[in-house]
Amino acid sequence: MKTFTYTITDPEGIHARPAGLLVKKAAEFPCSITLKKGEKTADAKRIFAVMSLAAKKGEELTVVCEGDQEEAAAAAMEAFLKENL
Amino acid sequence: MTVIHGKSACTGIAFGKIRYFLRNAFQVEKHAVSDPEAEVKRFEAARGQAVAELAMLYAKATKEVGEENSLLFQIHQMMLEDLDYCESVTGIIREEKANAEYAVNETAKRFAEMFSNMDDEYMRGRAADVQDVSRRVLGILTGTTAGGFQSDEPVIIAADDLAPSETVQLDKKKILAFVTAGGSESSHTAILARTMGIPAIIGVGEALNEGWDGREAAVDGSTGEVYLEPDEDTVSRLRLKEKKDQEYRELLEQYRGKETVTRSGQRVLLYANIGSPEDMEAVLANDAEGIGLFRSEFLYLESQDYPTEEEQFQAYKTVAEKMNGKRVVIRTLDIGADKQAAYFHLPKEENPAMGMRAIRLCLTRPEIFHTQLRALYRASAYGKIAILFPMITSVQEVRRIQKAVSEVKEELSRERIPFDPAVELGLMIETPAAAVISDRLAPLVDFFSVGTNDLTQYTLAVDRQNEQAAEFCDKHHEAILRLIEFAAKSAHEAGIWIGICGELGADPELTSTFLKMSIDELSVSPSAILPLRSRICQS
Repeated sequence: MKTFTYTITDPEGIHARPAGLLVKKAAEFPCSITLKKGEKTADAKRIFAVMSLAAKKGEELTVVCEGDQEEAAAAAMEAFLKENL
Repeated sequence: MTVIHGKSACTGIAFGKIRYFLRNAFQVEKHAVSDPEAEVKRFEAARGQAVAELAMLYAKATKEVGEENSLLFQIHQMMLEDLDYCESVTGIIREEKANAEYAVNETAKRFAEMFSNMDDEYMRGRAADVQDVSRRVLGILTGTTAGGFQSDEPVIIAADDLAPSETVQLDKKKILAFVTAGGSESSHTAILARTMGIPAIIGVGEALNEGWDGREAAVDGSTGEVYLEPDEDTVSRLRLKEKKDQEYRELLEQYRGKETVTRSGQRVLLYANIGSPEDMEAVLANDAEGIGLFRSEFLYLESQDYPTEEEQFQAYKTVAEKMNGKRVVIRTLDIGADKQAAYFHLPKEENPAMGMRAIRLCLTRPEIFHTQLRALYRASAYGKIAILFPMITSVQEVRRIQKAVSEVKEELSRERIPFDPAVELGLMIETPAAAVISDRLAPLVDFFSVGTNDLTQYTLAVDRQNEQAAEFCDKHHEAILRLIEFAAKSAHEAGIWIGICGELGADPELTSTFLKMSIDELSVSPSAILPLRSRICQS
């Protein structure tokens, strides 16, 4: 299992556009990828779940990757978040 | 003639017949099915077709309005491929032995409700996206075609509201204008209309109804007015306006991509003023040669706490990269007691215009200044950044700024963080003091930028906000022009450039005066760039 945290810096937070890109990115990996914000959790491969987190600027996300290629998935997700959110 | 008022979403004038956009209202009823698995298959087939249609729509939209504005249709596809959505539909079919139409309709309601209950206004708006994609699946299931209009000639489309997918599906050649009862300026439909340059009026309200179908109308997108059965005077007035707009636009288009040079060969740099990275679209669309004033206040005013170095760095870097090597002048924090964020805890002042604001705040709270300078220098590795310091009155202040700057540069070198060591440093000339000693200031820096709004109020001792004193606020007062002229002379003697970034920069009555002073750069709002370029090129 690989876990890391990321604090959102994008002023608009996870809107439809970045949520769509995030789901696409997560779908590239076979392992499970879960996003946690406070008590809410969301499967990163499901767009409605990701959008319903309503993660905003300044809020912290915990990303958990578990299974095949979890290392690569965590690295890719971290790079994606830094680049887009 | 009836005149109806709405909000302008895209300018332009159109005349023609109205077609009321018909949308199929699905009467979805629940009925029991004997073979739920067959019903699941029916749903899967409809869903597959809907996804394929959305993929085609995405391709069509990409061609018409660009990839950036089309991503929504990819998101719509993802919504239909979402496991939660599909499991909800198949779950209802299997558990309640219900028909697919009912299951899709129920699922759409539940997901739309989830969005409607969210705190964020933007997210609440996404309920419409769920309804839109679900309507497509329902249309396929029930064998009815999507909403639309029948017409052989181009028409004005009137509708309650248009979903983005509906807007894109319409045949643009047959659309003269859009008029909708609902909608907001930031709705996707308004954005698409603007991108396609189709006149659009939104928020007309209840006045709009099916009874409009087939009526003659005129639409003025710039004022947000719809004229039903317009009289002859209105038609000829609008025709004239349309012709003038058209001529003006054509005239301005000739200046796109051109240098700003007078007939006698004097070159002027024409830059844009911006307040946040969101303005970049307008900057690029209006062909600015650089950014002459990027007000950094938004970072502080939109935030609940001091923006971090990283947040600032990202904002500056974004703009620098988008300008692709063209100069980006960023002004350091310019706030004070009159315009402050709560977390600054600034004490109330009797006279905030003359109190602890701008550079005075930065020099007395070095930690705020230090963070901003670090972010600016880090961003300088990604484009051509210049830093502008506001509210300067003395040589002493400039020395203190230089000390703070060299500390930051040393720090970054030690940490091996890349930056541009030759970042241009400039001073705002917005106090009479700075203008009068501009000959002493010029040798210390790389450029000047005249802030005419503050320079006017400090020189004439007239509060800009005070309407009663407005008659004493002569913006063309000789005192102001003499101060600018002296600052320009000082700058050129020291071999540095000078720009004007206040409202006077775009004032047509002063363009020739500024050209005579050999002002090197004018920074104006993005929409003023092409008109000003045409004026300068013709003078």
